[in-house]
Amino acid sequence: MTATALERAERRKAWAFALPALLWTGFFFLVPFAYMAAISLWTRQGREIVATWTLDNYIAFFEKAHLFKGLVVSLEITAAVTVISVLLAYPLAWIIAERVPKKWQRFALVMAILPFWTSYVVRSYSWLLVLSKGGVVNQALLALGIIAEPLELSANRTGTIIGFVHFFVMLLTLTIYANLIQLSPNYRRAAADLGANAFQTFWHVVLPLTLPGIMVGAFLTFVLCIGDYITPQILGGNNELVLPQVIMLQLGRRADFPMAAALSLVLMVVVTLAYIACARWLKMERT
Amino acid sequence: MSVIRQAESLQPEGKTMKTTVSGGLVRRMLLATAAAVTLSPAGALAQDELNALVWCDHTDPALVEPFEKANNVKVNLKEYEGTGAAISIIEQSRPGDWDVLVIDAVDVPRAIDMEILGEMPADKLPLGDLFPEVRMEETTTKDGKVYAVTEKFGYNTISYDKTKVDPADMDDLSVIWSEKYKGRIALYDYYLPMVGLTGVGIGKKTADLTQDDLPAIKEKLFEMKKVARQVSDVVASQTALATGEVDIVVGGGEWLTAGLSAEKPDLDWTIPKQGALRWAQSIGVFKDSGKPDLALKFVQYIVSPEGQARLATSSCYWAMPANAKAGEHLTEQQKTALRWDRQPDYLKNSQLYPVADADMDAAMQDVWTEMLQQ
Repeated sequence: MTATALERAERRKAWAFALPALLWTGFFFLVPFAYMAAISLWTRQGREIVATWTLDNYIAFFEKAHLFKGLVVSLEITAAVTVISVLLAYPLAWIIAERVPKKWQRFALVMAILPFWTSYVVRSYSWLLVLSKGGVVNQALLALGIIAEPLELSANRTGTIIGFVHFFVMLLTLTIYANLIQLSPNYRRAAADLGANAFQTFWHVVLPLTLPGIMVGAFLTFVLCIGDYITPQILGGNNELVLPQVIMLQLGRRADFPMAAALSLVLMVVVTLAYIACARWLKMERT
Repeated sequence: MSVIRQAESLQPEGKTMKTTVSGGLVRRMLLATAAAVTLSPAGALAQDELNALVWCDHTDPALVEPFEKANNVKVNLKEYEGTGAAISIIEQSRPGDWDVLVIDAVDVPRAIDMEILGEMPADKLPLGDLFPEVRMEETTTKDGKVYAVTEKFGYNTISYDKTKVDPADMDDLSVIWSEKYKGRIALYDYYLPMVGLTGVGIGKKTADLTQDDLPAIKEKLFEMKKVARQVSDVVASQTALATGEVDIVVGGGEWLTAGLSAEKPDLDWTIPKQGALRWAQSIGVFKDSGKPDLALKFVQYIVSPEGQARLATSSCYWAMPANAKAGEHLTEQQKTALRWDRQPDYLKNSQLYPVADADMDAAMQDVWTEMLQQ
């Protein structure tokens, strides 16, 4: 067999291996996505969905304050959750990686991810019981005389953020921990040899080297948080709506599939922009 | 509380349908299957089946099992929320898949126009025993033919904890936008009755509501939102009231608190002087049902005094039975919780949901969403 024929055979084999994945992606992502994009250009007129090609749904999104505010609220909550989660997860991951003895690290990680084993809905309702006026937190603070009136910890943005942070701290802890344990101790030794104290070593050596782990975790947090509907629904008390809740209203109450598709695409664009920013940053870090 | 189990059953046409059947029924089905395999020739123990598209109150085994036993029939129940969801299910089904439909009374004309419901013989239904205000001939009949019968009704009004609020305050709807109970109110998250109830609060009749009335209603809704702690669905509202998170649920009624009367006797409901909204649910037989006689028998059972008492006190939610004779089968405690003796006044002082065309409906939903985003 000639070299060219061999290359052709190799290429065919490569395509044969890739074909199932391509077909899967095509059928279960690209086709539905294209269909959703097409529907977003249709309109609901009266009780009928009319297949007209128009940008009306997108224009309505920017014109109607209660729709646009959904995106604003989503971004505000997501930003707060991402920042708080990183600030809490990093020390936790660092303690597990650096201070917990090796033989206990696996156990510590299992403890850290234990909340993942519970149903997401059940976990959110559990938080409602913890944060409510008569919940554990308020009862404890009242009993200790720290507060005179129960704090408003649920049915508002605070409740939503607490519920989210509890979940995403665990996720971020895993990604940051994975980054920390890969860090060679030689970096710290070298820094110490050069006269750096513990804080300087952390600030100038450890933190920059673990930023990729933080960024990946933060991106995952951003994507999962901005697309979540359950936590705000249960813990937010419907006192403000995030974009996924607004999308659900279009589907569940109005059967306005075109508007729901348009809003979903807006959400996808936001996530894509976040991905591009994250990917470019990681690329810059590598170069 | 009754045990409800979800099961998957295979429909005659091969369609998979998620059904709700009782635990007892599941056990009986297993036993019956085992007996059929070991003892009898195939088909000798064949049991009739009835497929019903219902609201959650019909899934209580205490309601369905007596009918199943008496008629040696298995009733497959599929629960849905909202007429839109029901129509979607029906459109995805084949003619004959369904036998019985429970539907919001105001949507019966829509179902009749879509030729979903079949005619039922008026002389075989206890129409004369229904409370006159809930017979609703204008919606359940067409051209003199009966297509549905009202089976249960209730009110969207005010539910409250009588140990935490002054019950006298609850007689005036304006309390729902006053500062007195700020942070102690939950608003029921369903735009249609809430827009209607707010309209009633400012003196507008639901039947006359137009888009011109919405700015004034929106203003009041915004005021309500400012003093409310949360806007929540049925479960969250009920939980908030039962656990003391809130002391008032606007849009609630007997359906929210009566079922808890034994465990939470402090929870109550009333209709304020301005009035309230009245909802009703109807039951009918599918036009394409393959078992119209059995389906009619089920409807007859549901609207019979005994069936009505069981339906009124279903584990999912309590509400008033449409058949006035059901009172004979209710206990005094149940009647008190339902405020049975106050019904003549309440029926007079309540209005039906707004009947909105598509534009009005969309406008009401916009107003509601704007309120949520405040």
